[in-house]
Amino acid sequence: MVKIEAIVKPFKLGEVQEALTALGVQGMTLSEVKGFGRQKGHVELYRGAEYQVDFVPKVLLAVVVDDEMASPAVNAIRKAALTGKIGDGKIFIGSLDDAVRIRTGETGAQAL
Amino acid sequence: MIRKSFLLSLALWGTFTVRAAFAEDPSAADVQTHLDYVWTLVAAALVFFMQAGFALVEAGFTRAKNAVNIMMKNLMDFSIGTLGFWAIGFGLMFGATAGGWIGTSGFFLSDYTPGGDPWVLAFWMFQAVFCATAATIVSGAMAERTKFTGYLLYSFVVSALIYPIFGGWAWGSLFNGNGWLEQLGFIDFAGSTVVHSVGGWAALAGTLVLGPRLGKYDAKGRPRAIPGHNLPLAGLGVFILWIGWFGFNAGSTTAGVKDIAWIFANTNLAAAAGVVGALVAIWSITKKPDLTMSLNGALAGLVGITAPCNNVSPTSAVAIGFVAGILVVLSVLFFDRIRVDDPVGAISVHGVCGVWGTLAAAIFNIEGFTAGQLGVQALGAAAAFLWTFPAAYLTFRVIHATIGLRVSEEEEMNGLDLGEHGESAYPDFDVVSTFPAGVVVPKSVKATGAYGATRKPAGAES
Repeated sequence: MVKIEAIVKPFKLGEVQEALTALGVQGMTLSEVKGFGRQKGHVELYRGAEYQVDFVPKVLLAVVVDDEMASPAVNAIRKAALTGKIGDGKIFIGSLDDAVRIRTGETGAQAL
Repeated sequence: MIRKSFLLSLALWGTFTVRAAFAEDPSAADVQTHLDYVWTLVAAALVFFMQAGFALVEAGFTRAKNAVNIMMKNLMDFSIGTLGFWAIGFGLMFGATAGGWIGTSGFFLSDYTPGGDPWVLAFWMFQAVFCATAATIVSGAMAERTKFTGYLLYSFVVSALIYPIFGGWAWGSLFNGNGWLEQLGFIDFAGSTVVHSVGGWAALAGTLVLGPRLGKYDAKGRPRAIPGHNLPLAGLGVFILWIGWFGFNAGSTTAGVKDIAWIFANTNLAAAAGVVGALVAIWSITKKPDLTMSLNGALAGLVGITAPCNNVSPTSAVAIGFVAGILVVLSVLFFDRIRVDDPVGAISVHGVCGVWGTLAAAIFNIEGFTAGQLGVQALGAAAAFLWTFPAAYLTFRVIHATIGLRVSEEEEMNGLDLGEHGESAYPDFDVVSTFPAGVVVPKSVKATGAYGATRKPAGAES
């Protein structure tokens, strides 16, 4: 079981979601986050006072998939989220010990 | 049979009442009087609506964690202000005067007897909403760090004592009084001095006693941005203030007369010119057209035209408003630089532009400029400051020394909604403000110990 966290530009969410659904991924979790990598923030102005905004709004889409689905999912996400401009985001991949479906108590791949 | 007699009695009753209605036609004077009542009270309702405008501007310009507190302050300064003005203020302002300095009659609306002339009620209503306007100006300048109980006490004092005493000097003769200032020919038709500068100087006093919000200034004393949480609310608030101002200025005729036409036009022109003036100023200084400053510009123009609205030409109104717009931007930036933290620009909009409006009444006087009139205007503006600022400053210092004026640091950081009211303005939303950015409260606690110093490398014997 692999957990994939994709941090992407907010307006890319729809495309990423469609790409994953087309692959057969059945569940995902969305968080609204702020972050930065090497992308610099920007300066905003409020009543004559400048302030630096380093943390840029992004969305974090988390999916848990079987091992063999991991690479296709990552590639699909990357393709959908890509704009070619700075700030496109990152995908983090890690292995997961287990998962449980709350309603039925199923574990492992059955829980996905 | 019953139906027929019912219809008959109905017809008889009808003829009697119809005959009674035509028994006395209202005279032309009656119609004028009734028109005066209608216009004065419609205008009073418009000025009351300005309370909504103030509430929205202040809520929009401050952080979400303080929105309940801002609403409560606005609700209460109107409510306590109304009662304070009813009990004491109206009498001090419009009662029979003691030497032109203070009124001595008319407390608790004693001028009104049921069945008697109700004009005093209409007049009181109109004056009460003006008093409440002056009182509520201060809540924005003192936002985000003022103790609620301290603010309640101030609201009573300003409405019952500070505002009415100066008001009587300028407007007492509108009812039973006669002020020393108006006897010198002082012009303040709708209150640039009486209402707005009084509110502005009380706001200045409050911000000085309070001090700036935590984190507003960095270690070098430079101002940091603390962005308002809802600029659309603020924009809506300004539009509401603008429409209310038609009642504020034109209603000051307290009569249904043709003068209200040019007052409306002057008011609108000054507001629009104020927006443009502020926009020109801020755009050239920061290279960006800022919404909040432009909104302040509208209010600046409105304050500026409030005194001279009935004695200047429409063209002059444009000039007055435009200058006010530029003035307010420079003033906001100035007060920020000298570490007077005013989240909404109330001191600049109402105090500084109030003085401008007062002087403009002489500078642009359609009956011709005279140095003498300018002198009287300056005297009035100075008198407003010399009365209001010390009185308000003293009030705030007494509050500070007794029940306390400022909330604790921890409460200020967590938000006044929780600390003062135990409520959240937006319970269904996460209300997280990371502003101001940077060191907000200097650390008094040091971190002891260092992680990793004694940790053995992986694989070593434990």
